[in-house]
Amino acid sequence: MLKVNNIWKTFNVGTVNEKTALQGLTLELKEGDFVTVIGGNGAGKSTMLNAVAGVWPVDEGNIFIDGVDVTKLPEHKRAAYLGRVFQDPMTGTAANMQIQENLALASRRGTFRFLKSGITKAEREMYHEKLKVLDLGLEERMTSKVGLLSGGQRQALTLLMATLKKPKLLLLDEHTAALDPKTAAKVLDATDRIVGRDNLTTLMITHNMKDAIAHGNRLIMMYEGNIIFDVSGEEKKKLKVADLLAKFEQVSGGEFANDRMMLT
Amino acid sequence: MMKFISALMNALPGACAQGLIWGIMAIGVYITYKVLDLADLTVDGTMATGGAVCIMMMSSGHSVGVSLLVAFAAGMLAGLVTGIFHTVMGIPAILAGILSQLGLYSINLRIMDGKANQAMAFGKYDQLVSLRWVRDVPFYQNTNFVVALFVLVIIAALYWFFGTELGCSIRATGSNEQMSRAQGINTNVTKVLGLMLSNGIVALSSGLLAQYQGFADVNAGRGAIVIGLAAVIIGQVIFGKISKNFSFKLLSVVLGAIIYWMVYQAVISAGMDANDMKLISALVVAVFLAVPYLKGRYFTKPVKRGGVANA
Repeated sequence: MLKVNNIWKTFNVGTVNEKTALQGLTLELKEGDFVTVIGGNGAGKSTMLNAVAGVWPVDEGNIFIDGVDVTKLPEHKRAAYLGRVFQDPMTGTAANMQIQENLALASRRGTFRFLKSGITKAEREMYHEKLKVLDLGLEERMTSKVGLLSGGQRQALTLLMATLKKPKLLLLDEHTAALDPKTAAKVLDATDRIVGRDNLTTLMITHNMKDAIAHGNRLIMMYEGNIIFDVSGEEKKKLKVADLLAKFEQVSGGEFANDRMMLT
Repeated sequence: MMKFISALMNALPGACAQGLIWGIMAIGVYITYKVLDLADLTVDGTMATGGAVCIMMMSSGHSVGVSLLVAFAAGMLAGLVTGIFHTVMGIPAILAGILSQLGLYSINLRIMDGKANQAMAFGKYDQLVSLRWVRDVPFYQNTNFVVALFVLVIIAALYWFFGTELGCSIRATGSNEQMSRAQGINTNVTKVLGLMLSNGIVALSSGLLAQYQGFADVNAGRGAIVIGLAAVIIGQVIFGKISKNFSFKLLSVVLGAIIYWMVYQAVISAGMDANDMKLISALVVAVFLAVPYLKGRYFTKPVKRGGVANA
């Protein structure tokens, strides 16, 4: 479903802040793969997701989604294939538009927008049903401005928007990191349900190693712009946090001890 | 005092008409400043362009309808240029607007055959509005009535448009650009469209204003953005609590413009020098623009998690 072929990306070329964030990254996802991504700060996790989403062009390499070469497509065109949820709850929704309007925007992802009605009556009924799945009572507040919602509610709504129109690939960029543990668990639970129900191919970055092990069918660990560990199936199920820590220690030569991943 | 009141009463119908015409302009400003979240200074140029186009065309025998339509198109063209400066060439929106505005000064002079001022003889052409028609004429000829019709039609059209898929994507762009792109919206296109629509409306207002005054002036747009912002802010402050619906918000902008010109007229009638009004307008707008910031800085109340809507 996703094929990332030897991509390179360097930021701030020619300055003291020059950083090669992706160094020949190669990754292939089969349809229905739910891959969790872990790695320390600056390992290139978010950079990888942004490269796939087309936030900026990559320096080298190719990206294919469902067999289509999207390497040169701008962000808004790639959106047709992607569902995205961001770390910051503010990022994924339009704060001064209504809940139902946000959903209507998402349901038109990848279509040509012209002078047809921005939201129809039939849609409203459909969104009412879809919002029930989140179990947050949002279906009774469909005309409320999204800015009035809590961070957790906004992330859940963003998740629903990302999956409203079945994406070829779902990109979750630490989408629970900014939430309190209880809300985070709720959003993760909704993620599992939706991904399972629609059999979505998913890339989920997380800082929480327990979550990385508990969710998905495959786990990759990144370090310095590349994948250094890739497990799936039975092997992944048997993983322990201690195994991952040891792995990290090994590749980073103890440097990892300072990383905030220790905390989780 | 009696003299002041009678002078004011005499001037009020005119002030209202002027407020209605500037209200249309303020709707244009609302589209960029509030919907698209861009400060577009192009309007200082387009507020003269529309009048120039309209007066020159009418004087050369074109109908008022065609003249206003071409004025609208000319404004859209100016917005297109600003939009290209901003999106394709990556120039910050404010600077892009200033560049267009400066360039428009020359273009406006060209349109007006190189003259800074072009008058249109009263009664010779089929003009829609005039400062002579604010009282003592049948109501359907009264400029206040005619412009009010324009306002209603424009608000209705915009209410429809911003409810369409395209209109929603423009609103989304102003609310959250990153989210808009993630939902497949080409934010460069929506920004350019918003700027075009806004400047088209401003130029239409300019065309009406020039007819109203009976002349086009190359300096007609000087400080227009400040008057437009004043109208938006006055409307928001006075009617913000009750106008939640988009069409009411636009209406409150128009009412804001009317209040601006009423107050303007009152201050003039009280003996204030008209030349000082721009300074006062600028200071008033500065104070009101500062209010949200100062509120947040010094008078913070605990708010619900997740932030508040700032529409």
